[in-house]
Amino acid sequence: MPNYANHYLDRPSSERERASGIVIRNALPEGAVFIGDGMFMLTRSIIAGLEVLDGRVVNKTKFDKVADVGDPAELSAIYSGEGADELVLLDVSASKEKLPPFFGMIERVAKRVAIPLSVGGGILTIDDIIRLVSSGADKVFLNSMFVEDPLLFARAAPWVGPQALVAAVRARRQGEGWVVDVKSGTEQTEVDAIEWAKTVTDCGAGELLVTSMDRKGTKDGFDLDFLRELTWRVNVPVIASGGTGTKEEMADALKIGEADAVLAASASHPSELSIRELKQFVASKGLPVRL
Amino acid sequence: MIGIVDYELGSVTSVSNALSQIGAYFTVGRTRTELAKCDGIILTGIGPAPAAMTSLHDQGLTAFLSSLKTPFLGVCLGMQLLYSYSEEGETTCLKVLPGTVKRMNHAVCKVPHIGWNQVQLLANHPLFEGLKNPAYFYFAHSYAVPVGPSTTAVSDCGVRFAAAVSKDRYFGVQFNPEKSGDTGLQFLKNFAKLCKSLPR
Repeated sequence: MPNYANHYLDRPSSERERASGIVIRNALPEGAVFIGDGMFMLTRSIIAGLEVLDGRVVNKTKFDKVADVGDPAELSAIYSGEGADELVLLDVSASKEKLPPFFGMIERVAKRVAIPLSVGGGILTIDDIIRLVSSGADKVFLNSMFVEDPLLFARAAPWVGPQALVAAVRARRQGEGWVVDVKSGTEQTEVDAIEWAKTVTDCGAGELLVTSMDRKGTKDGFDLDFLRELTWRVNVPVIASGGTGTKEEMADALKIGEADAVLAASASHPSELSIRELKQFVASKGLPVRL
Repeated sequence: MIGIVDYELGSVTSVSNALSQIGAYFTVGRTRTELAKCDGIILTGIGPAPAAMTSLHDQGLTAFLSSLKTPFLGVCLGMQLLYSYSEEGETTCLKVLPGTVKRMNHAVCKVPHIGWNQVQLLANHPLFEGLKNPAYFYFAHSYAVPVGPSTTAVSDCGVRFAAAVSKDRYFGVQFNPEKSGDTGLQFLKNFAKLCKSLPR
């Protein structure tokens, strides 16, 4: 099995690189610790996901009941303080009823935190994307509409940059492979999920948010095969979402699935699992995290 | 007071929010007249380099920005624009610093390079006051500047690149301090202090 970390460490070290290492070592101020050649590495991100309904953070149970958890700005500040690497606000009302996104709330959250903020749900047009970014969102999650028109990524990228466009890929296992699901999983397509992911990244999506539909909701874990396959076939960061939200499972998504980030959604609500605890657990598995 | 350059495609929102959080005095300006009276300038940016340079030209800001006497902080694209040339759209930039901004290599790291990475600070610079070394910062970029004489901090994603640069009163950071939590806010506080734009 190919391994990203090994590729990274085994890369040939050119004369020029080694020379710059010496320059850097000599340039270090007194007391600084030299990390060594090639020892820096992008950390795996733990992203706190908040589901928002009518301006409040909610926690949906499996019986489709909705529990009010709190104010988006307050909770965002708490998660940021706990060490969340990023925040995601998912407008669950908009994704169902296609209401316009919630710009005022994004502004309020963006004023409270100083970590990357992503927004998903009900984003339909390039105008929405631009307005969300100018409200303070760093990234937008785009889903079903793009199955029919992946070139929308190509049209949006010049405005906000690929780093602001996250393609949500909902995949369902079918035979030997995976197909794309749309409309929150209620509609299945015959589009190959990995090919589609490659198409949208070629069109300008800077990251992929992966949800395995046959697993989500039923809460029986990530589709690690899909994650790993995808991570190896595309060259942009992959965020894993779904699963039951246990720390073991999320660490597996990062370690075995080789995802770059994991979205800790409802599991990260205060009563369940703390972000700090999760990060410490992931670090204990030998993965680089920001602690 | 710090002046944030407002130009097409540049997102000033995040930097404004961060400066509000640390209590710095700042304003957002589109013209030379508005920005010339500021004690420091921040140039940020999220769009592609060619469009950014076109906007700066159209707003008549290129000559002004490349001959500043006040402290200047270029963030992400704002740092890249300080160089002579960017491979992104084969763009001629502000030429404050010599060198070329290069597309990051797919073979050694995922592009865009998005996420938190460690930054090794190479000098006891006033902007690095109160920071751990190495420090974690948030990055989101597809182009980068190779390590060179102006480099004051480095990061590495399979290949080493300049995370921070400086020349005279010009500073540039490839990371996004406004998105780097408390570490980033401390960095911005240091810049605000340098511009005498923090309340005593």
